[in-house]
Amino acid sequence: MSDLLLIDRRWIARGVERTPTMRFVLWLVPWVALLALGIYAAGLCLYYGLNQTNMDNRFAFGMWIFLDLAIIAMGAGAFFTGFLVYILKQADLKPILNSAVVLGFICYSGAVAVLMVDVGQPLRAWFTFWYPNTHSMLTEVTFCISCYLLVLILEYIPVLLRNRQLRKVPSFLVFEHQLHKLVPVLAAVGAFLSFFHQGSLGGLYGVLRGRPFAFRQGFAIWPSTFFLFILSAIAVGPSFLILVTATAETLTGRQLVQPSVFRKLGFISGLLLALYVAVKAIDTLVWLNITSPSLGFGPRDYYSYWPLSSTFLFAVTVPLGLLPALLLIMPTTARKRGWLLLGAALACAGVLLNRFVLTVQTLALPTLAFDQFLRYIPSWQEVATFGGVIAYGVIVYSLSYRYLPLFDPPKGAGKHVSLG
Amino acid sequence: MSARYGMVIDLDRCAGCGACMVACAAENNVPPASPRATPRTGLTPMLVRKVSNGMEGTARREAFIPITCMHCGNETPCVSVCPQQAVEVDKSTGIVMQMPQRCLGCRYCMAACPYHARYFNWWDPAWPVGMEKSLNPEVAVRMRGVVEKCNLCHARLHSAKEKAAAAGRKEIDHADYIPACVEACPTGAILFGDLSDESDPVFSAAHFPNAFRLLARLGTEPNVYYKSEQAWVRALAERDTERATEGKHV
Repeated sequence: MSDLLLIDRRWIARGVERTPTMRFVLWLVPWVALLALGIYAAGLCLYYGLNQTNMDNRFAFGMWIFLDLAIIAMGAGAFFTGFLVYILKQADLKPILNSAVVLGFICYSGAVAVLMVDVGQPLRAWFTFWYPNTHSMLTEVTFCISCYLLVLILEYIPVLLRNRQLRKVPSFLVFEHQLHKLVPVLAAVGAFLSFFHQGSLGGLYGVLRGRPFAFRQGFAIWPSTFFLFILSAIAVGPSFLILVTATAETLTGRQLVQPSVFRKLGFISGLLLALYVAVKAIDTLVWLNITSPSLGFGPRDYYSYWPLSSTFLFAVTVPLGLLPALLLIMPTTARKRGWLLLGAALACAGVLLNRFVLTVQTLALPTLAFDQFLRYIPSWQEVATFGGVIAYGVIVYSLSYRYLPLFDPPKGAGKHVSLG
Repeated sequence: MSARYGMVIDLDRCAGCGACMVACAAENNVPPASPRATPRTGLTPMLVRKVSNGMEGTARREAFIPITCMHCGNETPCVSVCPQQAVEVDKSTGIVMQMPQRCLGCRYCMAACPYHARYFNWWDPAWPVGMEKSLNPEVAVRMRGVVEKCNLCHARLHSAKEKAAAAGRKEIDHADYIPACVEACPTGAILFGDLSDESDPVFSAAHFPNAFRLLARLGTEPNVYYKSEQAWVRALAERDTERATEGKHV
């Protein structure tokens, strides 16, 4: 590639091919525009208040909480891959680890940013650390997510410092080297924190005695949703990592990791998903037959409202649960890229739907006999704010791919059509 | 002093006039609704709901159910969820207290409340020019972005305590502590008092055969009771939809 077309050549690692600078800039333009719109929408919400959203006293949580829970589950690929590589010594997954770390960083930092807009008094966020209510699942979530985001930043810095120009600064090189030694420790700490907050996010709704649709019995202080959320997050995290990496491969026209890495991640994802579906089925039966009736609510109170009927329960269990698990586990389908990606996409869709059901359907359902089933459509400010987070993710991942050694060693196929 | 303050609301007496709602708003400095507010974004710590037995014609029956914070006495749903202890149960009164000064505005408590008796300040509080002179100096105005709810007119409890202290008494005179909604009800439908005091009229009213609590099976032990002679009203409150649509009178 001529230096004329690659004017940022000095920042790109030696020996790798990247798309011409102008083409890369053009790829970024729409995402930067979306990010700008998102920042404007978030600014409106911060300046004028949450009256800019379509949430209300009954629908106290809306699209933001649903998508926050969803992207945090997707971001589980980061801690879980670290756990597999450094704790369970699955060294063959190491080539995808940097990508997983960046993805985790994007998901968690994006979720925290949206949460800061979602609260009525963002400047009081520190109150949770100063006056923590140790009985609240949200306290646990806040502590663990804050700490884990710090861990992700510490894991991302060594990747960042391996940039060609940054490596020229001697102190950066020493810092990166020292920090790199800490990575296994960070992976262990990250795994511990993540198991807890993924569970606490499930516990957020599972402890709500006043919402029989979400309320679950459990073990000790944790409702069953605590364990189900951990299981579903570690099941879907690798699938999301497969999807993002495969998308990057398509856009860059390069093979970034060996197919065996995809197959292994897919197998782990499928196996955990199958286990999740089995445990979830038992949990649902216990809830419908014991927990819920004891509170005076039956299936008719939950599943007689269109469109949030029992179809969703079926969808989460079979076409978006068992089916992707089989696609990812069975060697005949897992060997074929198309089936593998379909399995991963269905697995992600299943967990998305599960988070939607728990967050949105719980609030839509009436509790008092004279209440109505509620509908809620997010405002443009809510959609744009979240669109901004998606754009932020694409931009950070694109920049990381272009300037940092995300996939080690890079598998250049020699094509010059890369968008990264 | 140890009490368990609560109410018994006689639904057969409630005419749905809304005087309790107005008195509550005036007493607690609830600002006028924003022009953009909807029934789902307003501030109504006391809200009178109209219900029916679902029948038509002569079989139709209607009633009004005032809904306020139930001041749950067991596993109070909003207390355990608040991440920064902005909600607590005052053990000496049984009142579930909200501290707007500490509230983050996360609204987790609102999601937790089965009675939908918690309200978020979606707008900056604003009063028409001149109307601010009518504000109650005993009650702080809440800012945008925090949650609020009925606190059984806690400022009145403070005043009663001050009066008792000035008179050299340790206990308040119950006649000095009456929430605004109770005082304003023209039909005397709301009875207020100490549910733990057997000599208090509210105690016997709560044990009236036709007294009931909303969503009692959740096990949160609400301190707001209702009573009605009409079986369909009781059935509706207990989520017994079959009996609720019969519309039979006892």
